[in-house]
Amino acid sequence: MDGTGHTTLAEWSVEDDAAFEAAVREFAGQQELGYIGTVPDRPGKAKHVRELPRDADMVILRRPIAGG
Amino acid sequence: MPVQALPELASVPWRQPTDARWLRRWARIWHAWTLLYTVPFICAGVGMIWLEPLATPVALAALAHAWIIPELYAFRGASVVRPKRPRANGGEAPAFPGEPVAQGLLGDLLGHEERELQRDTGLALQHGELGVWLLGEGGALLVSPGGRRVHCFCVQAVDRDLPPSDRIAHLLLALRVDEEGFATVANHAFAGAPWRVARRLPRRMRPALDAARRAAG
Repeated sequence: MDGTGHTTLAEWSVEDDAAFEAAVREFAGQQELGYIGTVPDRPGKAKHVRELPRDADMVILRRPIAGG
Repeated sequence: MPVQALPELASVPWRQPTDARWLRRWARIWHAWTLLYTVPFICAGVGMIWLEPLATPVALAALAHAWIIPELYAFRGASVVRPKRPRANGGEAPAFPGEPVAQGLLGDLLGHEERELQRDTGLALQHGELGVWLLGEGGALLVSPGGRRVHCFCVQAVDRDLPPSDRIAHLLLALRVDEEGFATVANHAFAGAPWRVARRLPRRMRPALDAARRAAG
């Protein structure tokens, strides 16, 4: 975790195929560890994604939740 | 590509979706249940005093039951958002060294007012279709529209080693993806009047419930 509370796992841009492929691999690796991809949407909303969206500004990986 | 249903719903396929109708029904059931175990004790207490004043001590015990049992249920409800300490190794529970940094991610997810409220009270406020949510590190309160009823849910991120703010952030993200799914995955622990829950909340958290009631009203 960096000083802002985030851990940057990968960065990509729409034009950079190599960076995006690396991000896809990282995303898949995190999914295997149990993380779930979430894309912040409009205020107060988010979307669950199974594949890394190329055009997303940010994808946040979260842990699953369960009833306590 | 985006899928709106919470993937965790696959782990509770037997549950009915927790929608507004489900919540209203459970609020009525909890209300009836509270009357069911309170009124007989009150009637017994009053009846004993009326029939035999010497039975006053026993009557007072019955009246105490009528007070204590609802309080225990409310305590159970409020406990869902009480701070959870990491399991200590025999000694005093260690603090979370990553917590100040973890506040960064949560702070980025919240608006200015909600961020200040979370820092002061430990609870993150989130508006939803079902009402106004207050998220703690191991549970959530839902103030229904109108602010007259609070539902208490046990729910947490499965990684127990996360700092409190990270655990709240993970709950917040799940809630924002699928509110009904979030409520369905969570375990419903209690429903009752806000004042009953507020009395059993840590003093620091009470302003958050007041803010949620105002937002829901």
